[in-house]
Amino acid sequence: MMAVASARRRLASLAGPQPVGLALIAPYAVYVAAVFAYPFGFAVWMSFHDYFFAAPGARVDRPFVGVGNYVAALTDPAVRRAFLNVGVFLLINVPLTVVLAMGLAVALNRAIHARTFLRVAFYVPYVTASVAVVGVWLFLFSEGGLVNRLLGPLAPEPSWLVNEALAMPLIAVFVAWKQLGFFILLYLAGLQNVPRELYEAAAVDGATRWRRFRSVTVPALRPATLLVVVLATITGANLFTEPYLLTGGGGPNGASASPVLLMYQRGIEQGLPGMAAAIGVLLVIMVIALSWLSRRLLEVR
Amino acid sequence: MRRLILLGMGALAFLFPFYYMFIGSLQAEPDTSMAGLVPSPGKLTLENYREINEEVNLATSLLNSGIFTGAVVACTVVFGVLAGYALARLRFRGRGTMFAILLLVQVVPFQLLLIPLYVLIVRGYGLADSHLGMVLPFAINSTAVFVFRQFFLQLPKELFDAAHIDGAGELRLLWSVALPLVRPALLTAVLLTFIGPWNEFLWPFLITKQADMQPLAVSLANYISNVAARAANPYGAVLAGACVLAAPVIGLFIAFQRHFVSTNIGTGVKG
Repeated sequence: MMAVASARRRLASLAGPQPVGLALIAPYAVYVAAVFAYPFGFAVWMSFHDYFFAAPGARVDRPFVGVGNYVAALTDPAVRRAFLNVGVFLLINVPLTVVLAMGLAVALNRAIHARTFLRVAFYVPYVTASVAVVGVWLFLFSEGGLVNRLLGPLAPEPSWLVNEALAMPLIAVFVAWKQLGFFILLYLAGLQNVPRELYEAAAVDGATRWRRFRSVTVPALRPATLLVVVLATITGANLFTEPYLLTGGGGPNGASASPVLLMYQRGIEQGLPGMAAAIGVLLVIMVIALSWLSRRLLEVR
Repeated sequence: MRRLILLGMGALAFLFPFYYMFIGSLQAEPDTSMAGLVPSPGKLTLENYREINEEVNLATSLLNSGIFTGAVVACTVVFGVLAGYALARLRFRGRGTMFAILLLVQVVPFQLLLIPLYVLIVRGYGLADSHLGMVLPFAINSTAVFVFRQFFLQLPKELFDAAHIDGAGELRLLWSVALPLVRPALLTAVLLTFIGPWNEFLWPFLITKQADMQPLAVSLANYISNVAARAANPYGAVLAGACVLAAPVIGLFIAFQRHFVSTNIGTGVKG
């Protein structure tokens, strides 16, 4: 009896008062270790080594090359172009997403009629596979597609998806359209936390509706905006399906190539995983830097 | 009223591509003029569905999508509930660290892990063209674990104290007290988890080369990028495939749309 009690105490001091928790979380912990932590470390390691594909089980030497892969990535014009493209993408996509999602969430929050229909309408693109909606956009924005037919003489030449200046902006608009429903939900959740008294006080002070929106709603939604900006940035950095399918592999002339597309082309198609891993690390550094920047700009002080 | 009209017009703009997708999938010949928006019934045909089925074998692709998605949902529900419950209700060493990791995992871009996962799973374990290899990186949806935790956290503490006094063990408590109370959360998490693998393109695209192992998103994408150029009515067939890919998710979403409401997601976000 004494022995059992002391063993239990020792277990408690080692594993905490409810050690069964460790058993319950173990599968998830193993999963994270195998699918996130280890590959994460592996990616960083790989980016500093001359990694190449070899037959399974073969023991080969993969020499340390320092920042060689990073130099190779940064001096590759296609990679630089891809990072520039993602910059263009974010400059269009993030402001568009924030403005539309916030505006629509505020309007939806006040709407009484047809709420269900409206919510479903805005959310449907988000739940649908990119591959499926890309099919329609290809059709809509093709050379002789509906959009060009409607524009008539105003249709861009060359057409949208094969136009170097328009391909990336169109992808940015596509992704904003596709993801908007999710960001509207984030803003709707944020709006539930805005104290009603603030609006009443502002109304008493005679503030116009626009003034109330600017001085009460927008500041109160700052935490939500920060989240939207960071998540939209991460989504943008992960861009792959759209340039791969919508513009036929990042065309024209790499004008819509994304870093992830380059990771696929260099790493897997051309067998340079070290360089691809370096692109991945650079991409993550970019995302972290942008998140930090938006936090500095948007954090409530 | 003006706001409602604006919202309604916005909603129609959002829904229009889906309408166009459906109409386009039924047209014998692509009609990009305004007249194509309201096709005459006489011109409608299921020919495009037959054609896409010939090209990508819809049944096999749907089966692969189903296996991929089903396995991810099953793993997420079983292991995710256990993890979420432990994080919300049990005090053990390392809980804080695990929770921090759970949050961190959600912001790690999957793409950074792409190359190492490819090297490990395809080259190391030889799991290319297998369902196991497809499922592994997605097996437990971290967002769902987070949603589970938030819901278990909201249950009143007294409930658990009472059951503890009655001498119920932790697993029994989870099974017969906590789980029945969080059933709506379970459904939300299942729906959220379902969308991911069903729509996922990049990973299954990387690891499947055999057509009979590809989920529908991959086989349709391959059709778009390779075959479409030489088909008679490529857009019709592409749109028919897109409808087949989109229909299950949209159907589920409309059927269970109230489970996607802002409060559920909101609890997930507020932390």
